[in-house]
Amino acid sequence: MPIGRLSSAEVEARVVRSLKKRHIKEKAFRAVGLSGVVTGLVLVLILFTSILSRGLPAFWQATFELDVYFNPEIIRIDPRPTQTSGESSGDFRERELAWLTQVNMVNWNRLLEDSVIAAAPEAAAMARRDVRRLITSGERFQLREMVAENPSIIGETRRLRLLADANVDVWLRGNIDRSLPDAQQQLSRATRDLADKLFEEGIIKIRFSQALFMNPDSRSSLASAGLAGAFVGSLFMMLIVMFLAVPVGVASAIYLEEFAPKNKLTDLIEVNINNLAAVPSIVFGLLGAAIFINTFNLPMSTPIVGGLVLSLMTLPTVIIATRSALKAVPPSIRQAALGVGASRVQTVFGHVLPLAIPGILTGAILGVAQALGETAPLLLIGMNAFVTNIASTPFEQSAALPVQIYLWQGNELRNFFEARTSAAIIVLLALMISLNAFAIWLRKKFERRW
Amino acid sequence: MSGHTGPTLNKAVNGVEMSNLTLVAILLMIMAVAYQLGLTKSRAIEKGTVARMHSRPGYYGMLTALWCGVPAFLIFAIWSLIEPTVIRSLVIAEIVPHVGELSSQQIAVQMRRIENVASGFAATASVQDYEIIAAERLTRLQAIGSLAMIGAMAAVAMAALVLVRRRIHPNMRARNAVETFTLIVLMMCSAVAVMTTIGIVLSMLGESLRFFEVVSPIDFFFGTTWNPAFSTTSPDRLGDFGLLPLLWGTLMVTVIALLIAIPVGLMTAIYMAEYAPSWVRSSAKPVIEVLAGIPTIVYGVFALMIVGPFFADLGETFGITIRATSALTAGVVMGIMIIPFISSLADDVITQVPRAMRDGSLGLGATKSETIRKVVLPAALPGIVGAFLLATSRAVGETMIVLLAAGNSPSLHANPFEAVSTVTVSIVNQLTGDQDFASAQSLVAFALGLTLFVITLILNVIALIIVRKYREQYE
Repeated sequence: MPIGRLSSAEVEARVVRSLKKRHIKEKAFRAVGLSGVVTGLVLVLILFTSILSRGLPAFWQATFELDVYFNPEIIRIDPRPTQTSGESSGDFRERELAWLTQVNMVNWNRLLEDSVIAAAPEAAAMARRDVRRLITSGERFQLREMVAENPSIIGETRRLRLLADANVDVWLRGNIDRSLPDAQQQLSRATRDLADKLFEEGIIKIRFSQALFMNPDSRSSLASAGLAGAFVGSLFMMLIVMFLAVPVGVASAIYLEEFAPKNKLTDLIEVNINNLAAVPSIVFGLLGAAIFINTFNLPMSTPIVGGLVLSLMTLPTVIIATRSALKAVPPSIRQAALGVGASRVQTVFGHVLPLAIPGILTGAILGVAQALGETAPLLLIGMNAFVTNIASTPFEQSAALPVQIYLWQGNELRNFFEARTSAAIIVLLALMISLNAFAIWLRKKFERRW
Repeated sequence: MSGHTGPTLNKAVNGVEMSNLTLVAILLMIMAVAYQLGLTKSRAIEKGTVARMHSRPGYYGMLTALWCGVPAFLIFAIWSLIEPTVIRSLVIAEIVPHVGELSSQQIAVQMRRIENVASGFAATASVQDYEIIAAERLTRLQAIGSLAMIGAMAAVAMAALVLVRRRIHPNMRARNAVETFTLIVLMMCSAVAVMTTIGIVLSMLGESLRFFEVVSPIDFFFGTTWNPAFSTTSPDRLGDFGLLPLLWGTLMVTVIALLIAIPVGLMTAIYMAEYAPSWVRSSAKPVIEVLAGIPTIVYGVFALMIVGPFFADLGETFGITIRATSALTAGVVMGIMIIPFISSLADDVITQVPRAMRDGSLGLGATKSETIRKVVLPAALPGIVGAFLLATSRAVGETMIVLLAAGNSPSLHANPFEAVSTVTVSIVNQLTGDQDFASAQSLVAFALGLTLFVITLILNVIALIIVRKYREQYE
């Protein structure tokens, strides 16, 4: 009904009548909006609590403290060879290798079994295999390294911390259903009972896991798998991104923002950069596989290739952040510098750039943090390879933190690796959050309002 | 005799071959000296004449340093790129009379052996006589090569230093030259981004064309079965490379993600932009944006370990079979990931709507929610649509969540509780599962990548155009 035909009193009455309904609608709308915010916050909370509650326990793991007797009856080896004069390095290397093979052939497991039996005499009646399963298999290499480095300890007794087997860890912490029948348990009944007894006596304790931080990945000795190799690989890649993507990105942003003529070509470059920032990361991985590995024959699984791919991926982020930091510097600064006779290059490098540096740094750090967490492109250049050494140069095969998480979540020993995976996630998130916090701090400290 | 060759050769190598890092460091030092020489020369001239110098003394120094360092560095770069290939072919030519023509793989093995002999790290018993000769030649060539390179670099640097220093004169436009050089460097840097795009397009196209030589594009784009055979286990069979099941899976996961992210994201944006008191805005916004900074692998593990089992249990209580890894799991978690993306983009767009439009509506007596629904949102609609499109493109290209949580089962079905597979998942599986890079099984990854690139490109370009138009409207 057209309002024009109503008297003003009738209109007012109608408005007043509808007011209550409209106010209820208003409140409802507001509540719906608030529920969106609350949902977001709750999701953040769920994500973090579930990861923290699963991951934090993995920073501690079952560890033996045992007296190990370096029994000369078991360790029967020649003295270490030394290079004689006139001997070629190749020949000496061959003799050295022969000696190392001899060291390798020693029955190190027997030393470990004997030390367990010394600590718990009833284990002597058990099958050797059941005793051996208590200690993770990688620990025998610790004994081997000790002897290879310093053969004089043969015959001595040393108190050593040795990691318990992953299954022992799972059993002692109740991460496996203890009431399951023998057939479904990973450890034999005798091993389980012995583990419980040693735990009660304090020979096995749940200690802070240094292995998680100091060791590279391991597949044969699951309990000693650590993040060191992945951390170093990620560190190399971060450095490459910092030294490639950041300077090149800043330089190209300076050119596009301050010097480039405004024409079709620069317009196209701008669209191209915006689009490149939204290209799925996996496409950069394909680019890396086709160009760096297939065409340039760079080695697969190496931080150098990963760093290059991540640099290309981060470049548009750095360019966009730098451009907006440069845009935020008011034109009056440029006009003042040009007015007293500075050239354009002098204006930019002497006046505009110093003022934009906090913004540029913030953008660069955020770009590096984003690159740190990227997984998909690294899978395509072979960084999902199983690597057990810690890379000392970017040209060696290496793991990377996010890829390590991917590999660990797929491990068959779920009960043990679910926690380890979450622990690795906590390490990655802690790194990223500290990078982000640093960026926010920079922005707060140097933020300037014009 | 061979016992002595090792160490002697070793010494020869160490004596001449400097590590590249030292070389670059020395070059930098020479540049610093050149800078100083140019600087003092220009200062001396300034003192000695009445004429004013064109540029400040520092620019003469910089110009001298650049002329001294840049050509030498270019020589170094080009030389180090070419030298190994040249030396290799010369050494191989040396041993061909002894062993006959070699395949490229044999050459690689042979070179490795010869390098070991040259560095004294080979066990001497197994070394052939011709290998020792080749190793000696290799060492000599390397020595000559690095001597020649250093000589050329030094000559060029010195010549440039002397010439430029002699030419320093009040009329010399040193600043202009330095600035031109700076601009050229800046320009080359901004070309990198363009080259990346060209590289992406060319590499994808090239490898895809190789793939389409084996599998017809019709079978690829319109095929309804995705079942590639492993080239190692069944070399005579290729399997089926139908794209449609993968596209369908991608679509399904994306739609579920958007169904979660759009309502929550938009509601958050409206509340944050229009209602929230400033303390809520300044504290809740960064917390929600934390979600955007979390790596996708973390979401993937979250989906696999927590969300998937939760849905499976939930389905069990209601008597529905929900697989732990399904389109639903992947879609929901991906939706969570996209929420902050949509909320912050939409927030920007909503706050950009001019104050006057709101005031007009409120002045006529509309409530706040009426203003938002009837005035602000319609005005902001193009921008919001742009945000949705960008979010869609991100969901389509997301890899890790679907790789872990979607179940990898490429089939055409409409049940979100079942496993699916997507384009990105198949790229990873094809390129990581098969070692032979030239097989159709690997090359198909590039055809998939190209499809993905084109889809996201279209979405991005439309979104960018819409957002840009919208911004111009209210600026």
